[in-house]
Amino acid sequence: MKLNVEIKRYDPASDDAPHWESYEVEAEPLDSALSVLLDIKWHIDGTLTLRKSCAHGVCGSDAMQINGENKLACSQLLKDLVDGDGDTLRFAPLPAAPVIKDLVIDQSRFFEKYRAVKPWLMTEGPAPEREFVQSPEDHEVIEEATKCIMCGACTHACPSTWADPEYLGPAAMLKAYRYTFDTRDDGAEERLDVVDSADGLWKCYTIFNCNEACPKDIDITRWLSSLKRKSVTAGASAAG
Amino acid sequence: MQFSHDVVIVGAGGSGLMSALYAKEGGADVAVVSKLHPLRSHTGAAQGGISAALGNEEEDHWLWHAFDTVKGSDYLGDQDAIEALCKDAPRTIVELEHYGVPFSRNKQGKISQRRFGGHTRNFGESPVRRACHAADRTGHTILHTLYDQCTRKGVRFYEEFQVLDLIMNDDGEPAGVVAYEILTGEIHTFHAKVVCFATGGYGRAFKTTSNAHAGTGDGMAIMLRKGIPLEDMEFVQFHPTGLYRLGILITEGARGEGGILRNSDGERFMERYAPTVKDLAPRDMVSQCIYKEIREGRGVNGKGYVHLDLTHVGDEVLDKKLPEISEFSRTYMGVNPKEEPIPVAPTCHYAMGGIPTDEQGRVERGARGSSIPGLYAVGECGCVSVHGANRLGTNSLIDLVVFGRRAGMAMAEEVKQGKGFAPLPDDPERETRDLLDGLLANTRDDGEPIVNVRTDLQETMMENVSVFRTDETLSTALEDLRALRERAKHVVVDDKSDRFNTDLMDAVEIGFMVDYAEAIAACAHHRTESRGAHSREDYQNRNDDDWLHHTLFHSDCNGSFEFDKKNVVITQFEPKERKY
Repeated sequence: MKLNVEIKRYDPASDDAPHWESYEVEAEPLDSALSVLLDIKWHIDGTLTLRKSCAHGVCGSDAMQINGENKLACSQLLKDLVDGDGDTLRFAPLPAAPVIKDLVIDQSRFFEKYRAVKPWLMTEGPAPEREFVQSPEDHEVIEEATKCIMCGACTHACPSTWADPEYLGPAAMLKAYRYTFDTRDDGAEERLDVVDSADGLWKCYTIFNCNEACPKDIDITRWLSSLKRKSVTAGASAAG
Repeated sequence: MQFSHDVVIVGAGGSGLMSALYAKEGGADVAVVSKLHPLRSHTGAAQGGISAALGNEEEDHWLWHAFDTVKGSDYLGDQDAIEALCKDAPRTIVELEHYGVPFSRNKQGKISQRRFGGHTRNFGESPVRRACHAADRTGHTILHTLYDQCTRKGVRFYEEFQVLDLIMNDDGEPAGVVAYEILTGEIHTFHAKVVCFATGGYGRAFKTTSNAHAGTGDGMAIMLRKGIPLEDMEFVQFHPTGLYRLGILITEGARGEGGILRNSDGERFMERYAPTVKDLAPRDMVSQCIYKEIREGRGVNGKGYVHLDLTHVGDEVLDKKLPEISEFSRTYMGVNPKEEPIPVAPTCHYAMGGIPTDEQGRVERGARGSSIPGLYAVGECGCVSVHGANRLGTNSLIDLVVFGRRAGMAMAEEVKQGKGFAPLPDDPERETRDLLDGLLANTRDDGEPIVNVRTDLQETMMENVSVFRTDETLSTALEDLRALRERAKHVVVDDKSDRFNTDLMDAVEIGFMVDYAEAIAACAHHRTESRGAHSREDYQNRNDDDWLHHTLFHSDCNGSFEFDKKNVVITQFEPKERKY
């Protein structure tokens, strides 16, 4: 089918402002959105700039806005994005981040927030000789959160992030959840100090944008709610 | 600009991060330089498992693991290195678990283990549960956990810096690397006491591959250009079950959980070829069998694929143990594996060969013991060699972490023992600058689009250097590659800017691809026998009299190359015919 592809282009070194450019491409319904972009880059205009790596939805490189929604370009097939001949497909960088060039955003802020929540297992006392014992049920509590690929689709879909650059955002707080609820971890207090703040959990207004954006279908809002409950309980017991 | 660190590690996948973590813990100042953000590394795509004889599900021993690995390698793996791998494996898995890797659990709360191809109990008797896993996202969870720990420990990351050169000074000592900062277009020198390459595999040289776009073998090509040989490059692993046409991987764990391969007659054809282990035969055998079925007209619908049938394994197993691959099948093929079989065909997956190293990851110039102080290679770009002519599933992840760990400790020790900075040559960035300036100066008058050269390279490799090879196909490939080397020098870069110029990096990568692709084709042409993944139709038998040795490939990367031999270390398992 013939598609009209519109891409938001911007090179801060040479452009005053972002602008839309159109390309006409031939594609098949089972092609991915990423393959359309690569077709343009490789055959029409090598200056088109995007990140990519695994091309099947596990590395998180190519999160971007496709037809107005945050998606991974490699995991989106055209049949689910357009109806047929003559349709328009629109690509833009993830919102609420500085654009480096075209579809590539500056993620340094995003990873600063990740580091802020101390996303690593903290254990006290000597480690056991063998692995820690963790029941399948206890594992289940964190399992879905461990699917996160840190693509940024959720954080950049969140109105609290758009409104407040200091807000930690769903991806970083999901990491905080993933370690805090790991039965092997002893770092809850330290981590809750960071997320139980005005820039943290309480700016999550539970509007589910993160869930809708998540390419791994993680129920982020649910896990952040658990983290909220935990921080309230911890706060109450500290006050008591 | 010039940066300076005790240890500079190139690449931030599983082996790069593991070596960084252990070098850092050993007291060294460690920097990791990577062309991708670390979390985008290809280790994250590893699905089904990581092997270790933990014995959590049934009796198991490191020696059984070692035997399986030696036999799987078609007796070309070095048995001392394989012993190190299998002995270190359980301890390393426990350390990973302590670092936070969220392994799936069995009912006792221990790390859950499942079956994988070629892994057996009691020296080949029957399949054993040896593959530790985190659902079918094992590589992803290891990569993220290691990144989290490196962040905690203060490893310095230079991300989206593409290393383009290894600095060897006039005395032949490694002194650092030259890297291109993708964000700004600046060229930087990294001065280091110790350099470690952890740059991964090269699957992108083939048209159908499970590898990420980034898998362009940069590190192997850079070493080759610096006069370091490559070892056993003829051994290219094709994974039996890639999604038809796309090459996206469907983990062997799917067969470990009971999945069955079927041809157009619905026949479970692996019963004919490997009666003991059937669908859990090693990858070289299964890939070759699938192609035989297709060639003999038993491909499904007369096409180039067979079926992977999971309809009988149960929804619970698919949902809990194989959720990712169920999603891939649905997303990319429109196939729900609960209801219908998945169309699969072999896909280029893994480099058994690479930069020759010893058991601490030290790079060797030639014969054993010829290691170069201050130069290391780990992970898929290295060849230690534990995989020999064919790697067993789950042995790559354990290779990354076992030898990453060993190299990390060895590098810290080398620094502690007083290894200093080798002096930098004058203008260490000159060659890199010349390379980039040359590419940027190409015009449409004398050059052609990058994609044309890359596509032609991928097609000739897929067509001629694939699962089955002959003198004729390999000669064709070598001829094509000679022409492609010239064409790669003249590719046209549309993007002339300094900022995030991925077009320019694509142009550099195609040059790397030609150099290591030639190594693969030339070594395959040289080895006139069939062993493991290297299947020569004109020399169908294994020939231990003439070929029970490693190949070393030296090249001037300008059309001239020569071969050298390296003995295979045999300790306790005498080579014999491989039967499953």
